[in-house]
Amino acid sequence: MKRIVSVIALAVMFGATSASAQTLKTVKDRGILNCGSNGSLAGFGLPDAQGKWAGLDVDLCRAVAAAVLGDDKKVKFVPLSAKDRFTALQSGEVDVLARNTTWTSSRDTQLGLNFAGVNYYDGQGFMVRKALKVNSALELGEASVCVQQGTTTELNLADYFRANKMKLKTVTFATANEAVKAYDSGRCDAYTTDASGLYAERLRLANAADHIVLPEIISKEPLGPAVRHGDDQWFDVVKWSLYAMLNAEELGITSANVGEMAKSDNPDIKRLLGSEGNYGEQLGLAKDWAVNIIKQVGNYGESFDRNVGAGSPLKIDRGLNKLWSKGGLQYAPPVR
Amino acid sequence: MSIDLRTGSPPARVPFYNDPKVRSIAYQVALCAVIVFLVYGAASNAIDNLKKANIASGFGFWNQTAGFDISQSMIAYSNLSTYGRAFWVGLCNTLLVAAIGIIFATILGFIIGIARLSKNWLVNKAASGYVETIRNIPLLLQLLFWYNAVLKALPDFRDSLSIPGGAFLNNRGLFLPEPIPQTGFSFAVMAFCAGIVVSTGYHIWARKRQEKTGQQAPVFLVSLGLIVGVPLIVFLAAGLPLGFDYPRAGKFNMAGGIEILPEFAALLFGLSIYTAAFIAEVVRAGIRAVSHGQTEAAYSLGLRAQPTLRLVVVPQAMRVIIPPLTSQYLNLTKNSTLAVAIGYPDLVQIFTGTVLNQTGQAVEVVAITMAVYLTISLATSLLMNFYNSRIALVER
Amino acid sequence: MTMSEGDLAVAQIKFVRQTTLEQQPPPKSMHGPIGWLLTNLLSSPFNIILTILIALFLAWIIPGLVNFLLIDAVWTGADRDACREVVQNRTIGACWPFAWERLAYFTYGSYPIEERWRVDLFFGMLAIGVFWILWLQAPRRDLAAYYCFIVLPVCSYILLSGFETIGLRHVDTVLWGGVLVTIVVSAVGIVVSLPIGILLALGRRSDMPTVKLFSVLFIEFVRGVPLVTVLFMASVMLPLFVPEQYSPDKLLRALVGIAMFASAYMAEVVRAGLQAIPKGQFEGAMAVGLGYWQMMRLIVLPQALKITIPNIVNTYIGLFKDTTLVFIVGIFDLLHTIEVSRIDPKWATPVTSTTGYAVAGIFYLVFCYAMSRYARATEARLAKSERR
Repeated sequence: MKRIVSVIALAVMFGATSASAQTLKTVKDRGILNCGSNGSLAGFGLPDAQGKWAGLDVDLCRAVAAAVLGDDKKVKFVPLSAKDRFTALQSGEVDVLARNTTWTSSRDTQLGLNFAGVNYYDGQGFMVRKALKVNSALELGEASVCVQQGTTTELNLADYFRANKMKLKTVTFATANEAVKAYDSGRCDAYTTDASGLYAERLRLANAADHIVLPEIISKEPLGPAVRHGDDQWFDVVKWSLYAMLNAEELGITSANVGEMAKSDNPDIKRLLGSEGNYGEQLGLAKDWAVNIIKQVGNYGESFDRNVGAGSPLKIDRGLNKLWSKGGLQYAPPVR
Repeated sequence: MSIDLRTGSPPARVPFYNDPKVRSIAYQVALCAVIVFLVYGAASNAIDNLKKANIASGFGFWNQTAGFDISQSMIAYSNLSTYGRAFWVGLCNTLLVAAIGIIFATILGFIIGIARLSKNWLVNKAASGYVETIRNIPLLLQLLFWYNAVLKALPDFRDSLSIPGGAFLNNRGLFLPEPIPQTGFSFAVMAFCAGIVVSTGYHIWARKRQEKTGQQAPVFLVSLGLIVGVPLIVFLAAGLPLGFDYPRAGKFNMAGGIEILPEFAALLFGLSIYTAAFIAEVVRAGIRAVSHGQTEAAYSLGLRAQPTLRLVVVPQAMRVIIPPLTSQYLNLTKNSTLAVAIGYPDLVQIFTGTVLNQTGQAVEVVAITMAVYLTISLATSLLMNFYNSRIALVER
Repeated sequence: MTMSEGDLAVAQIKFVRQTTLEQQPPPKSMHGPIGWLLTNLLSSPFNIILTILIALFLAWIIPGLVNFLLIDAVWTGADRDACREVVQNRTIGACWPFAWERLAYFTYGSYPIEERWRVDLFFGMLAIGVFWILWLQAPRRDLAAYYCFIVLPVCSYILLSGFETIGLRHVDTVLWGGVLVTIVVSAVGIVVSLPIGILLALGRRSDMPTVKLFSVLFIEFVRGVPLVTVLFMASVMLPLFVPEQYSPDKLLRALVGIAMFASAYMAEVVRAGLQAIPKGQFEGAMAVGLGYWQMMRLIVLPQALKITIPNIVNTYIGLFKDTTLVFIVGIFDLLHTIEVSRIDPKWATPVTSTTGYAVAGIFYLVFCYAMSRYARATEARLAKSERR
């Protein structure tokens, strides 16, 4: 009898026709958002000693949770390595992948991802020891370079050295930790990753002051959150959670003043905060979805400042990540 | 359950569902049904999931450009090569580390295995200590130790340790002079090949003669002279036609010569030392398995210690040693997949690491990788079965 | 005994000794410390050379180890300055304050601090189970199997993962780590692999061709591929094979991989045990009218498993060491927590890595050595009981 029951259980498990991709409903039913994050990159995704997660990517997941579930704490962060992040998303282990992932065409097509915008415009750089007296990446011919496996970085590196007719010795590691540690112990002359990552990793080296970041940026690295292909509703939810944060900054709404702003007469603000129209319902969310995001997570500027900008140990200049109105690239379509 | 023996009536017909044959067939049909159902369920789910996620499938990626670099390759490879090429690079690297590891592990393992049987107390205890320690610490931990704690602690290339003979050692690896054959070197090679052929022939002749007449020929000395001595004379006569490319300090690192990566060295050390501990146990058990009566019988026939060992003990011990020894070789090959933890570009690191990640085609890539190891294993066990059937004791 | 006349005559002769001589001590060269040295260390020139070489090697390695682990080691300190040669101006051995500070992390991973009593309780329950089932004179060993294979897994799952209705907060497996994960993975491996291994072993010896075929296929397939690829398959392909909403979590996937792997090896161990049972036992069981499962359960398996206990323990040692491989698929076992800790800039010193590895090395060495001693002792015991 026991055997029969277990066979039936297995049958149910395997034979059940998988529900069509309704991530929004699944997340609401589950009451918690599964978010794939970095787990070891300061400024983007890193749990502290108490297990509390912080970072720009982490804030994005919290924003999605605030919009969908009304509570930014209802997120389960799954730390993923560059190597297994895509399988984790494809297999449904996580609902959204916010793990400093570069948006490329093959990831859109071959890997079956949809990128819901760009939350950080980055580019790849190099870090070397000051003692080497190298001032430009073009002087790195014949150098050994430590790099993380399974990243666009690995490919850009090969392209850059080939394009400049320099000989390259790569040493590839499965995780960023191992690559940085190998660089720190002298196995390589240079370490390469996205520039933001270089600043973050430099803080963790034994003697941060002995290392410099070279001026060359050798690639475009638009980093953004990704969702599975084929679920447009969920894609919209993630996309607009990011846009809500950007629009909030543009409209001057912060986590501190969102309460007063709700009374504003500005129609843009009223539409975003849900006091006019039913834009939240159209997304399949509550009316006050954007209020929840801004109140609990803050706008994009606040998040940037807190995690990677002036208010953080990384002190990265906003550069390309300024709002379009201030000479940067961050631009969100209007809520209307 | 009492049976009335007095009535003598024919036994009751067994109901068909109690017939062992029927039951056996029913069980098998049920098992097949369950397995087919599971496989079908898994496959349809996989197809469903892949389609939904819009992931490419099939082996089309094999001929696409890989775009990444590999730090060590024995065949021509650049970042413009294909994924298929990267696969072969990885496979060659796996086989290289496995082959060299097997040689080292065998030598070390035999020495330690024999040392464990030594009457010398210190030798015996030291060998036991080695085996007990190494066998009880996970291989992965040992690899990480060799790589991170030992090799990374070597000096920077500016303070490279200079090894007599023009070699250098630093935390980027071991740099050896690379021999470069010049004109005339081919004569020495030819002499070497000829030496092998001639000494093989001599060996066969000597054996036949011994079987016929009982006279022994100095096979070992003659072969040594033919294989080593003659090519050496030719080499000297041709005026030492061999140059060396010595490693020298470059801008970032040693340039020229042969470079042995620290990743490779760590993997080789770890695998050899770990497997040697297991081989030592195999060897010890094998020698112990030859009963003492064999040695005594050989002595009583008038054989001295050395021929006794060579003609009586070793051949019998090998019969016991070789099957488990082969499985240790297989284990070493399979354990070389731990390269992935220390960044040595073996098959798993390149193929199920980078290629899998770039193409996203998990099913195909993992299936290919498993097929490779399965082929190696099955081929080895087939060879082993063949060997076993040849050397099995023919009992009367 | 009466003396004969001849004996009496001999006794009269004065120069014939009446009593036996005092036993003389063996020659100096054969006894005492010197004799021991001569026979055991210096019996031939070759042995003398060997002895000297090994002694030199040991004289190099043992003081080095002792110095590193004890004499030069740093015992107290708050951060890396305590363990840096440039700051302390002396040779520095192991940096124990680093290991001490990280000890809780090595044991529990990121398991919430206020819930860690649950892990301790789990360790305690497990220890009871292990002693119960391995100590051959323990009372009620028949219940031990039920405890280890039914009660313990269920209780542990409830305890570790949480059960909201009885007030145990849910703790996600992402937070589990360190020794906890090492023990959970190896324990699940053994608890699952033993029953499956028995079934596979029986399947391999079955008369039914398809059952035999599938068993052989499974066993040979899994044994033919490296554990790393099995883990990759479990972690990468398994989620594709089940519908999205049942996608197993990361730890569970690794557990499935480990269990598959261990089952195949266990099947071969059990098969060896089954082969050692004389055919008469099977025939006898059938002759008294037992069915297949009754015969296996009551006659064959109890004998077969008893003689395989040493091999099962040896397989378990292998499994215990192999759990370190889950590190490669991103599970935080003991080795992974050490790898993460040793790159902490707070403790960045040249000796941090070696200290971390020393901790892991000692942990595995102690556990595996204890288990292998147990296996050998049991083997000797069984061998004694077999002799008649």
